[in-house]
Amino acid sequence: MTDASPYTVKGATGDWEVVIGLEVHAQITSQAKLFSGASTAFGSEPNANVSLVDAAMPGMLPTLNAECVRQAVRTGMALGAHIHRRSQFDRKNYFYADLPQGYQISQLYHPIVGEGVLEIEPADAAPKHIGIERIHIEQDAGKLIHDQHPTQSYVDLNRSGVALMEIVSKPDMTSPEEAGAYVKKLRSILRYVGSCDGNMDQGSMRADVNVSVRRPGEGLGTRTETKNVNSVRFVMAAIEHEARRQVDLIEEGGTVVQETRLFDPDRGVTRSMRSKEDAHDYRYFPDPDLLPLELSEEFLAECKASLPELPDAKRARYVAAGVPVYNAAVITADVETARWFEALVEASPKSFEEIAKPASNWLISDLFGALNRLGRDIADSPVSPRQGGELLSLVADGTLSGSLAKQVFEIMLETGEDAGAIVEARGLKQTSDTGAIEAVVAGIMAANADKVADYRGGKDKLFGFFVGQTMKAMGGKANPGVVNDVLKTMLG
Amino acid sequence: MMTDLTDLGIVELRDGFAAGDFSAREVATAFSTAVSAGKALNAWIVETPEHALAAADAADADRAAGTLKPLSGVPLGIKDLFCTKGVQTTAASHILGGFVPEYESTITAKLFAAGAGMLGKLNLDQFAMGSSNETSAYGNVLSPWQRAGSNAAMAPGGSSGGSSSAVAARMAPGATGTDTGGSIRQPAAFVGISGIKPTYGRCSRWGVVAFASSLDQAGPMARSVRDCAAFLEQMAGFDQRDSTSLDLPVPKWEVGLSGDLRGKRIGVPKEYRVDGMPAEIDALWEQGIAYLRDAGAEIVDVSLPHTKYALPTYYIIAPAEASSNLARYDGVRYGERELPDGANLQEMYAATRAAGFGPEVKRRILIGTYVLSAGYYDAYYTQAQKVRTLIARDFERAWATCDLLLTPTAPSAAFALGDKSDDPLAMYLNDVFTVPSSLAGLPAMSVPGGLDAAGLPLGLQIIGKPLDEQGVLNAGLAIEERAGFTARPGAWW
Repeated sequence: MTDASPYTVKGATGDWEVVIGLEVHAQITSQAKLFSGASTAFGSEPNANVSLVDAAMPGMLPTLNAECVRQAVRTGMALGAHIHRRSQFDRKNYFYADLPQGYQISQLYHPIVGEGVLEIEPADAAPKHIGIERIHIEQDAGKLIHDQHPTQSYVDLNRSGVALMEIVSKPDMTSPEEAGAYVKKLRSILRYVGSCDGNMDQGSMRADVNVSVRRPGEGLGTRTETKNVNSVRFVMAAIEHEARRQVDLIEEGGTVVQETRLFDPDRGVTRSMRSKEDAHDYRYFPDPDLLPLELSEEFLAECKASLPELPDAKRARYVAAGVPVYNAAVITADVETARWFEALVEASPKSFEEIAKPASNWLISDLFGALNRLGRDIADSPVSPRQGGELLSLVADGTLSGSLAKQVFEIMLETGEDAGAIVEARGLKQTSDTGAIEAVVAGIMAANADKVADYRGGKDKLFGFFVGQTMKAMGGKANPGVVNDVLKTMLG
Repeated sequence: MMTDLTDLGIVELRDGFAAGDFSAREVATAFSTAVSAGKALNAWIVETPEHALAAADAADADRAAGTLKPLSGVPLGIKDLFCTKGVQTTAASHILGGFVPEYESTITAKLFAAGAGMLGKLNLDQFAMGSSNETSAYGNVLSPWQRAGSNAAMAPGGSSGGSSSAVAARMAPGATGTDTGGSIRQPAAFVGISGIKPTYGRCSRWGVVAFASSLDQAGPMARSVRDCAAFLEQMAGFDQRDSTSLDLPVPKWEVGLSGDLRGKRIGVPKEYRVDGMPAEIDALWEQGIAYLRDAGAEIVDVSLPHTKYALPTYYIIAPAEASSNLARYDGVRYGERELPDGANLQEMYAATRAAGFGPEVKRRILIGTYVLSAGYYDAYYTQAQKVRTLIARDFERAWATCDLLLTPTAPSAAFALGDKSDDPLAMYLNDVFTVPSSLAGLPAMSVPGGLDAAGLPLGLQIIGKPLDEQGVLNAGLAIEERAGFTARPGAWW
């Protein structure tokens, strides 16, 4: 990694630094909503997943879903954060048609998770620690549908009451790349922990982006908050645009207004939504329907024990087993890939240390290449880890050469058959039969006496010619190592 | 014979029915007839004789089958703050006009499962906000009581004014009430019946229209302490759907009743002797002290130094919670919706809430919104929470020297309708004795102590330690046994 020069926005009057903080809203993986038993299934008919509590019928009361608490605590632990033994739910009051209670239950004053840290590795830059300020649990709102009727809006409460974690970073990021790396890494960890599926296109994860600019060495500038940005690319684009806008504004003699903005992905710009002057007064106060949340040591121990190996630890373990650093980083970036890789390695009778490196190479080049061609995710790969493991074993024990393995893999992708069966049925087995190879080599030498003479006269490069001729003559099934040995002996 | 049945209380009805003295249908019919005949009192918003009769028929069948339930044969009135499945529930507000719940509140579900029937839904102050039942969108409730020599309409107290009026007028042997700052105890006192607000968390709030969540607590109103004990047993109990519900077994309060107070120390808090309190209230208090001493209790003077802050504290916390609790009445999903031509969402909210809420509800929403606002929150809400803690601590310290407290329930007897309705502060002062124990979440009950010079009932309040409903009921019984309160209003209606 190189130490790139810090990111700056070039203004007419000089360079500007950017200060970025992110509030990531992550939907907690849970069958039921935060305070009701209604389903959280995505893609249901409008208002199919709405309980009396979600619709805020008179006299209805929230009851806390312990699973959501568990997931938030596990997430906090994965970020090395302080877990508060006692937290409290507060009401954030405002009127909107997608908010049946007239308030959102959140945690302002006493969040469940306190300070933690996330290590990011932006491309071409040194690793950097980004502080986590806090994580709190809150309810999502419903959704208004405006395109079904010329004059009326419809309300869909399926999301109303779904549990979210709001993960608030410190303003520690200084470039769009760092912010992008932060969101990617956070998403990776959430998916490892299993506390959020990270599906940004389904709205399971979205970010509020706080941006301000300043001249190097100066204090913080006034920040704006761009709401609900729902992809890594858009987060980076929103920062880029917003920083540029702020610099231009200041240099033209204007001042940045603290306000809420929206990102328009079609035009790549941010637009003002509401300024501080007409910001809501949310009248936060502790929700009297809910007791303070107290976590027992047993509960915390159970949460801790249930944490999986996290991406950084996993990567270090792979590298220690001989997996190239790049491969390890790619494989551990997403939990599905890591899971697939480990199943692949486990399917081979070889030890982890023996098989990990070739397995990582095969996964990244052969499997990813194939998936790319087919437009598929690793989760729905046409070849299973067990099948891949068998293929790798056939290579490891000399049954298949590298090129034969590629042939067999193509057949596996097409037919779904197992490698061993393909080798048997199509006779693709590599031969290490020295006698057979010697016979073929003798024939080739006889037919190319001139080249034999040239080789023996010092044209070493002709060795490759003989290898190629031998392999061709043997239909690619000869063991390349044996071919090499035989040629060296016979050519002298 | 039929009219006599309405003179019986809950336990008498239960036991008489079990003994075969009368059928449940006879009981339900007698009370339903009284309900129909009592329209002048305006105690009921909805009458449900069919519900009472169906429960009665089930009770009669159960008796024949030998499967009696704890409240078999007993019809009750239900304050219209409890959501009742299939029966209109309004909280006495236009904003819930036409609202028919698809669910049954935990408490009414428990009562019905215990064999009780429902005579109807009782009028109340709108969203339980009031002390005279003059804020209902369904009109004032009249007390069955009148001052001697006057036919001026008297307040039944509030907010459970329909409940108090109905029970005092023998239209129901008992009724559910809810108490946020005195809404069971003050109306009970005004009409000469008993009512107990149990420890906060004893009765589930699930399905009860919320006023102030940290204070709201349901309880029974009936004509005797024993009736209250039997009734409360069927209302109380843990409910996992209410996070503030207490996960404790329900004691057998009725079996545990005893008016023998030997070994008990009764505290008399000097701060409750407020300026301008009528001599009659003072005399009543002295009489109550004498009754309890006669029952074997030791009387001790105690101090609750933060008492004078209770009312202002209450009138910050309760409206703050209410302003948020009532945000859901927005015209979007149920109840009233006002949609002027061309109105946008904000305008629909404004029109709906302007038309749907009464003035007292609006006043409290405004107060609550104000005290929670940025810049005022710490000065009002945070400060009020601190004072609330101090008030609770006053009680905790008092328990070092006494087991129960005796005070008047209200600073005066019932007043005439209209007397205080133009002066919210004078109205709020009615809660001065009941609010502190609400803030501390303590069990407290009102029992009739006697009559004032005008022949109106006066109530005495007993406040107990957390979970000591038994002690409260026992002291109430001791007063009841000695006061011999048999006065009843003439049936002028």
